[in-house]
Amino acid sequence: MGSTNSTLLKIPNVEVLMQETGFSPAHIIRLHDRFKALDKEGRGHLCPQDFGAIKELAMNPIGDRIIGAFFSPGKEMVDFHTFVKILAHFRPVDKDRPKEPNSPELINSRSNKLKFAFQLYDQDKDGKISRDELLKVLRAMLGMQVTEEQLESIADRTIQEADLDRDDAISFEEFRKSLEKVNIDHKMSIRFLR
Amino acid sequence: MEGAWEIAFVLFQVWLSIVVGLIVLPAMFGVSLGFTDIYIKVLVKTLEVKAFLLLCLVSFQIHNVLSGIIEKDDGSMEEEIGELRRSHPKNLAGGDFTMCDAFYFCKKGIENIVEDQVTQRFTSEELASWNLLTRTNNNFRYISVRLTIIWGLGVFIRYCILLPLRITLAVIGLSWLVIGTTLVGLLPSCNAKNWLSDLVHITCYRICARGLSATIRYHNKENRPKKGGICVANHTSPIDIVILANDGCYAMVGQVHGGLMGVIQRSIVRSCPHVWFERSEMKDRHAVAKRLKDHIADKTKLPILIFPEGTCINNTSVMMFKKGSFEIGGTIYPVAIKYDPQFGDAFWNSAKYNMVSYLLRMMTSWAIVCNVWYLPPMTRQDGEDAVQFANRVKSAIAHQGGLVDLSWDGGLKREKVKESFKEEQQKMYSSMIVGSDFHEASVGPA
Repeated sequence: MGSTNSTLLKIPNVEVLMQETGFSPAHIIRLHDRFKALDKEGRGHLCPQDFGAIKELAMNPIGDRIIGAFFSPGKEMVDFHTFVKILAHFRPVDKDRPKEPNSPELINSRSNKLKFAFQLYDQDKDGKISRDELLKVLRAMLGMQVTEEQLESIADRTIQEADLDRDDAISFEEFRKSLEKVNIDHKMSIRFLR
Repeated sequence: MEGAWEIAFVLFQVWLSIVVGLIVLPAMFGVSLGFTDIYIKVLVKTLEVKAFLLLCLVSFQIHNVLSGIIEKDDGSMEEEIGELRRSHPKNLAGGDFTMCDAFYFCKKGIENIVEDQVTQRFTSEELASWNLLTRTNNNFRYISVRLTIIWGLGVFIRYCILLPLRITLAVIGLSWLVIGTTLVGLLPSCNAKNWLSDLVHITCYRICARGLSATIRYHNKENRPKKGGICVANHTSPIDIVILANDGCYAMVGQVHGGLMGVIQRSIVRSCPHVWFERSEMKDRHAVAKRLKDHIADKTKLPILIFPEGTCINNTSVMMFKKGSFEIGGTIYPVAIKYDPQFGDAFWNSAKYNMVSYLLRMMTSWAIVCNVWYLPPMTRQDGEDAVQFANRVKSAIAHQGGLVDLSWDGGLKREKVKESFKEEQQKMYSSMIVGSDFHEASVGPA
């Protein structure tokens, strides 16, 4: 108990953080240890290179986009609070937490998880996945394994299926609708062991 | 004034004779006066008592090294993406892609941000309970007066009593090595020369081992590497050489260095053949392989000692063995070395510490306690290529030493991940999307 509290005390505004994200004290400590381990030079914040040093992330086809999700446009640093808030998207949905009508939406709600995934596609953040953006993601995930024509036909078909208002782009609502049957909670959640 | 110098000189002489008489001479003859054993026993008792005290006083946060922080799905890429798509109506024309496929990569990426297998191998192992060295407890904080007093006593003992003793021993050991081997080198080639050279080497390494308060237990000595063979071991620190050379004579392999290391290298090669490479020679793999082959072909030469991981790993796992040493042929004698982290962390984190500060850390630890297992010799079998052979040896070593067997390259400590790893992921995914039928359709007759 003594050691737990003193680590928590070192983190500023930790109470607010726990309330906003829903992480338990033990989880916050574990994430803090991980943050410090990634922050090799002890600067108190992470930069894109610190993420790039994680080998398994470097071999992930969309690794760069995932790293980009941590940094707001124009910012090159992530502090611990932002780090935890982004990771909070992947907390499993609390099934037994009662839905209060006036409370702000939880970070790990189904909708917010979908928004996180949406921004991986929508890099210019205009609220729509254009054909071009879709092609870019496909190229990232498939590399040199497929030809340009194959990519284009895949993109065309995907947009055709999902684009309901025929504007040749996929808005967030269309994105959400096309994935309404997918078990988002399971597939976009990470369970902490303790 | 002069009186003070005389007294200091006399004290120094007394000190030196005690050290030589009680430590160096017995070490040279391989005799143990039992001091180290008693010391280790006292240490163990103290640490047990301290652990008991701690449990009584406060509930201690225990870090468990091997269990992860998050639950990982062990399914393959196909299984995971298949599950994602189960609810999505499939339309096979134009490729089998769905937007939820990205979720798989996204989740894997975030999992790796929270916890990954590789980064933790290059930092020191966390201990389940504190061993009174602040360096092993990242969260050292004031817990109780009693504990702080014990810790303070520990600091005094380690820095004021043990450190000077160990430095003296190290200096004696290394000077003896340089002088002794140079003298032996003056003799003409004969059996006596080899015998003397072995004697000088072993005695020096034994003194150095005493200089680290090293207690080494050798198992299965009948499998000890023989002449004309290659000894292969997992690498944790430069001290591995001292550990292994305490029980046998080896021919070392390595790059030519400058400075003190260079002096040592030049002198020991005078008394018996070691294999030192210039930096430029290291790049030419064939030249390297040839020199090693020639060495082991000569049955009078000592077995070569090689660390195929190529870099220091933190002794919780064994990483990829580079295949170079396994292509030469000859008999491989695998050896597993496992340090007991309770007494001192032997891992050399070369990014954090240079050689001198590392040695100082070693000399101010409690002790180095380790187990060495000699494994039965292995040779490359028919139909087995160098990489498979290397993996077989690696598994045997990992199994014996109780280490995790990883196929990641230790070189990842310094280098970026090769593009080929990412391409493999892309290949796997594209075969799900496009599949062989589609490929044929697009590459069909023009």
